[in-house]
Amino acid sequence: MGGIGGDADDILQIAADWQAAGEAVAIATVTATWGSSPQRPGSRMAVTRSGKIAGSVSGGCIETAVATAAQRCIETGAPQLLDFGVTDERAREVGLVCGGKVSVFVEKLM
Amino acid sequence: MKLEHLAALRTAAAQRHPVAYATRLPDGEAFVLPDAAAPEALVAEAATMLAANRTGVLLIGAESWFIEARNPAPRAIIIGAVHIAQSLAPLLASLGFAVVVVDPRRAFTSAERFPGIATQTDWPDDALAGLAPDRETAVITLSHDPRLDDPALIRALASDAFYIGALGSRKTHAARVERLGAAGMAGTAMARICGPVGLDIGAVSAPEIALSIAAQLVAARRGKLRVECPA
Repeated sequence: MGGIGGDADDILQIAADWQAAGEAVAIATVTATWGSSPQRPGSRMAVTRSGKIAGSVSGGCIETAVATAAQRCIETGAPQLLDFGVTDERAREVGLVCGGKVSVFVEKLM
Repeated sequence: MKLEHLAALRTAAAQRHPVAYATRLPDGEAFVLPDAAAPEALVAEAATMLAANRTGVLLIGAESWFIEARNPAPRAIIIGAVHIAQSLAPLLASLGFAVVVVDPRRAFTSAERFPGIATQTDWPDDALAGLAPDRETAVITLSHDPRLDDPALIRALASDAFYIGALGSRKTHAARVERLGAAGMAGTAMARICGPVGLDIGAVSAPEIALSIAAQLVAARRGKLRVECPA
């Protein structure tokens, strides 16, 4: 809703809990969207080195690519700004109804 | 993201303090604002974004900053820890509302009945005096007991609450309006009360009624609600 989404906030808590449990964690945040991208700026996804995922940055279209980038970020420690056009062929192949473009910032939880 | 920033964001949310979280792209330098250590131009831009409740990327000088307005979550105060409240409270929490259930009957507000939901056992008017409903707050009375619901509604009507709803049939609501009128509430003020509460979706079961109320709350927040009140 207009304020802090309970949802987006839960992702930060989940990320903190995972790290407290000894997991290496990266956080992906939607910074900008154009067109019909389903998630708003500020939407978050947390990813662990072991492959756990919480939250969403696109409603399913680019989560796999973002998770892969997040895990790479856990290894290198270097943050990354990713740009996606989510009308690409791969999205269509898996039957996702997605449009628009989205920028996602991926960083390690330190 | 630094763990200390994450903790600061969660503390601010819990204490209902508005903060802006600014991240420089793409290197990830970040501030939880207001912060005296941050560059002046960033502090000013972040304050503007926060006041407008806007989240997005700004160019400040030659730097690109992602600024996230983190205003307090909308609140829902539910009067009456009844069966419908057990469905409504978690549903509203999942929609991003900070939920408080108020009922002086302690047996009703147990953690088994409301896992993970904040409860208060004060009388509703005392509870509302403490919670101070603002324009980001909804008040919903479900107890069906005028001794609980009426004082809560009187408090709610004196506040900026963006939504006030009262469970009960048209007949019950008409009687309620009459009682509140006798207590000095103006008819125009009482037109703010959504009663019968909830969108008309033919709801029968408690979860269905909770859904109809939650849908009406969302409509109110998104500016799509027309209140048609028999008052």
